[in-house]
Parts: sequence; structure tokens; C-alpha cells
Amino acid sequence: MVTLSCAELTTTEINRRLRELPRGSTVTITEPRGRHNLAVGLFPQIDITVDGNAGYFIGGLCDGPDVSVNGFVGWSVGENLMSGTVRVHGSASECAGASAHGGEIYIEGDASSRAGISLKGGTLVVAGGVGHMTGFMAQAGVIVVGGDTQEALGDSLYEAVIYVGGRVGSLGSDARIEDLGDEDVLLLKELVERSGFDHIEPENMTRVASARELYNFRASMSQAY
Amino acid sequence: MTDTSLPLPADARRHSATFPPEIIGQIQRTAVEGHYEIRGGGAKRSVPGFDDLVFLTASVSRYPLEGYRERCDTRTVLGARNGAAPIELDIPITIAGMSFGALSRNAKEALGLAATMAGTSTTTGDGGMIPEEREASKTLVYQLLPSRYGFNPRDLLKADAVEIVVGQGAKPGGGGILLGQKVSEQVAEMRTLPAGIDQRSASRHPDWTGPDDLRIKIAELREATNWEKPIYVKIGATRVENDVKLCVAAGADVVVLDGLQGGTAATQDVFIEHAGIPTMPAVRLAAGALRDIGMQDEVQLIVSGGIRTGADVAKAIALGADAVSIGTAALIAMGCNSRTYTLDGEVHDATEDYARLGTAPGYCHHMHTGSCPMGITTQDPDLERRLDPEVAARKVANYVLAMTMEVTALARACGKSDVHNLEPEDLVALTVEAAAMARVPLAGTSWIPGRET
Repeated sequence: MVTLSCAELTTTEINRRLRELPRGSTVTITEPRGRHNLAVGLFPQIDITVDGNAGYFIGGLCDGPDVSVNGFVGWSVGENLMSGTVRVHGSASECAGASAHGGEIYIEGDASSRAGISLKGGTLVVAGGVGHMTGFMAQAGVIVVGGDTQEALGDSLYEAVIYVGGRVGSLGSDARIEDLGDEDVLLLKELVERSGFDHIEPENMTRVASARELYNFRASMSQAY
Repeated sequence: MTDTSLPLPADARRHSATFPPEIIGQIQRTAVEGHYEIRGGGAKRSVPGFDDLVFLTASVSRYPLEGYRERCDTRTVLGARNGAAPIELDIPITIAGMSFGALSRNAKEALGLAATMAGTSTTTGDGGMIPEEREASKTLVYQLLPSRYGFNPRDLLKADAVEIVVGQGAKPGGGGILLGQKVSEQVAEMRTLPAGIDQRSASRHPDWTGPDDLRIKIAELREATNWEKPIYVKIGATRVENDVKLCVAAGADVVVLDGLQGGTAATQDVFIEHAGIPTMPAVRLAAGALRDIGMQDEVQLIVSGGIRTGADVAKAIALGADAVSIGTAALIAMGCNSRTYTLDGEVHDATEDYARLGTAPGYCHHMHTGSCPMGITTQDPDLERRLDPEVAARKVANYVLAMTMEVTALARACGKSDVHNLEPEDLVALTVEAAAMARVPLAGTSWIPGRET
């Protein structure tokens, strides 16, 4: 096991060391104290544990590693994630999983506003509640919220789907509530198992998806411009 | 008493400056369609520009360098501020970011090939990096846009520099539009969207807001690229002085500044014509901002928006740019707005194709329709065949190299052995407006409006 201390190393030194680790390595980053940009842009399949609170962009631009944070995280955890996982044992600030193209992000606490913004195929599972405009312009992928949401959920959604266990604050433009189907329940069961968020009841979730009324400009005449 | 012997005028039409025919047409079109006009191209209105400036070339008081004999350097180095491998170009003219999606695959490949032939860089666009473009381009700048369509950290490592796009001159503060007819299956897949939708790109980045966040975002990109790649920040010209200073404070190696005349493949006409300031005053403001904070030698300034000739390039450099970027002009060089195209060795007249779009060669701004008669701004395979990437690349390279010769001709005549030595003192203005904006004297006077004498 490798240990890298933020008290002794710069962010750049830590990221360089992480980049050079062989596949299958296990590494712990200690004393992060809210450090930004830890474990970003990494491709090797390694296990990274951040032992404390992390700042902005933790696990962002990654395509491979499994990152686990024993604390809270700042803005845009796992932004543009391609594959691998990011697990936060605390709560997340704004824009969790922004524009993630793949991979899985698990938040054991709550996530602030615009969680899953511009999501492009990734999976975001939040055990607790989420802030306003969660799923804003989300294009593809899945967002699961165990608790309540604030207002404007799923504003300007494309093909991403949001499942909510608690109360939906309000729906955003072009978002609508749809019936929960068998395939939704199957998917949710799998995600509950993978996340370990047992309090989520797959059969009792609310499915929110796009009404697809903003997909094309509406003009009085034909769609010709 | 009325003198009835005077004849009435034969033509009683009186032109209205407030309601000319084109405004009448615009009002009636929106009245029928119920929607604002979306179009391509840049601002069509007349604004103070580089044409309003002229060079004071050498005579008795100063002596010129010998054209064609004495050396005049054009080499341009960008982005060394933070220890990254700098972008080294043979010329001070680069190719601006234009997306695959807005442009055809052949057009993107042609731009890459042309940039390589001319010893300069080209830039990706919304929708990501296509293999043809990477392969064709010796030096490729990878854009990070608000939409993040197709943004891939592995492509980031294949790039030579990164450009964070905050805004562009055609639509500062607004996002791009790609109408459904151009969102083909392939374009849709690259952008993770359903095919055929009217795609409206985000105008804000999804993962940061404001200058303090931008600083962290730039640091993230440096970490992800091991501090090896220069980072540009591109802005549309509005509050130029503040924005440039904030870009520099956030850590940008290069600031790319796009003025009002900058083009787009599609956005609201109201943005194109009414948002942002012209390129000429923007350059002067940006260069002044860099000087204010003592960063003029550390951070490079690339300027774009309506650059057409070597004279425009030389004037932009004289006002403080390190390089310029061309978009629309490069497309025009490869055939945009031509009357004819060549397919399978035969020349074809495209006037009818333009007419079907309601326009004519020389006037076309219908990039948004995806029906480009020249095969440049289309995703239609039949139209795209009209553009041969090799031929198009040669034309763009010829044009860029000819412009570079124009720049050196002017620089030598001003007595400069390096085009980057051109300075505001080499210029005077032909109009009071241009004198005020460029902060150079009105020709024949020592008067710079707004400056204490």
C-alpha cells in the first residue's frame, strides 16, 4: 500500500505519483484538507482512498481508477468521468458528476445544486437529498436520489433519467413524471446493490424524464429557418 | 396658386432609414414564423475596423527594410508562461475553432492539412476531436467548451494545447446552436444527443462559475496534462479589460479574444449583430489590460473576428496582438460563397443551389441550414463530396501564406525585422471614431480623442 501525504507533497507531485502506479495498486492520500484537483486525469485502474475532505474536481477527467473519499467533497466531483468509480462517504457540493460520460459516482450524504448537470452517460447515485436544478441539461445516463430534491429537477433534460425516492421539490422545464416500469426497477435494484444504499426502495421511486417538447424549436410555420 | 406646369416626379419611392426593405422583410418574416432569425456568419453591419487605419511606412525620417531580401521574422511562440511546451508557429495566423458538425469532415480535414502546410495550428470545436483532424494537423488546439460534447481526457493528451472557451464574438454570453438538419446520426452520437434535435449548447460551463473557479479549472487541466500543454482562454469581446485581467489572474497562458465580426455556424441574428464590441477596439483594450498588469511579455494575445487580409493582420499586431485567428476567411478561401464547385474533374454551377436557400453566391450566411452548396458547412454526404480536402487545403494554405507576405511587406516598409515589432505608433486613423478606439492619432493631426494633449 502506498501512502501519499498532502502535508508533504504538492498536488502535482501527488498526481504524478498516482499516474505512475501500476495497475491494481492501492494508495491512500492523507491529510487532504480540502485540496483541489486531487486524482484528476488518471487512466490506470488503481484504488485510491482520500482520507479526509477533498476540494474541487476530485476524481475529475478520470478513465479507470476507483476513488473513495472519507469525507466531504467540493464542486464538481468526478466531472467528465469516463469510467471507474468515485465514492464519497460524506456530502458533495455543487455540480457533482458534471458532464460525466461514464463510470459511477456514489454520494453517501447529500449533493448540492446542479448534481448531474450535462450528464453524458455516467451514473450518479446520491443516498440523501439534492439541491435545485439537479440533472440540468442531462443528456444520457442515470441519476438516483434517495431523498428529496429541491426545485427545478431535470430542467431541460435530454435522454438521461432521474429516479427520486423522496419528495420532488418541483419539476424544471420540459421534465415530467413517468410511470415506473419493470426495467426501471431492475436497474434500480442493481444500483442499490452496487451502491449499498439499502434505504432506497426500487419499487417506490419516482421516475423523471424529458417530455421532449424542447427538442425542436417551435415556430408557427414549418421547422424551416 | 399652384403651378401645375411642374411635372410630378416619375418615381415617388422614398427610402426609409428606419424601415428599409430588409427591416420590413425581417418584421414580416418573424410575424409569419413566430420565431427569431437564426443564421450563420458574422455581423453584417458596418463597424469601425482595421480599414479605418493606415500605416505610416518609412521615408526620410525612418528607413525601410528591403522587401524580399532583408529578413523579417514571422515566427510566433505561444503559451510558455507556465513552463508548458510552447506552441511554436512559423506565422502569426492560426485557424480558429470550428466544430465537426458545423463543418463537414472534409472541411475539418482540409483545415488541418492547410494549417500544417502553412506552419500553423488549427483548433477543434464543439463535438470533440475527430481522428482525421488530429492526423492532418501538426499542431492542434483542443477546445474545452461549455457543452463538453465529446470531451475526452484521452484526446486532451493528444492535443498540443487546450483552449477553454468562455465565449465567442458572434454570441458572447450565448451558447451555440446546431439545427436538427445537421445533427446527423454520427454528429448526434459524438455529442451524446438524439439525432435530429435542434441542439442548443450551454452558455455556461457545467462545473465552474466565475474567475475564482476558472483558476481551479485551469489548475485541474494542468494536472490532467502534467503541466505540459499551454492553456488558452477564449472570450468574446465585451468587457475586455476586466475579462482579460481575470483570465490572466486565473492562470491563462494565452488569451484568445474574438470581436463582434467573428462568425458562427448558427445563432440568433440579434446576438450576431447586437452583442459585443468590434475587433479593432477590442485588441487595443486587451493589449492595454496586459500592459496595465505588466503581463504583455508573459501572456500572448490572439485576436479574431473579421480578419480578411494581411493588412488586417498587421494592424492587429501593431495594436498589440501576438497572433490572429481566422475562421470565416479560411472557409471563404476553400470555396464558401463561390459560384462554382468542382466534382470529379468537372466544374458545376451552384447558383441554383444557393437560390433554393433564398440566397446567392457572395451573400450566403446559410451555414445553419446544413445545405452548403460548397460542401463545407454540411453533414449531407452528397454535398460534402463537392469539397476535395486536398484541393481545399492548398487554397487555404495559399491564402494564409499570401496574407503572411502582406504582413511582412508592411512590416519591412515600417522598418521592422520582425512582424511582432509593429506598434501603435506605426498607425494613424482615418476617422475620429477609429482614432478614439485604436488610440492612434487622426491622420494629419496629433489628436487622439479622449487623450490629454
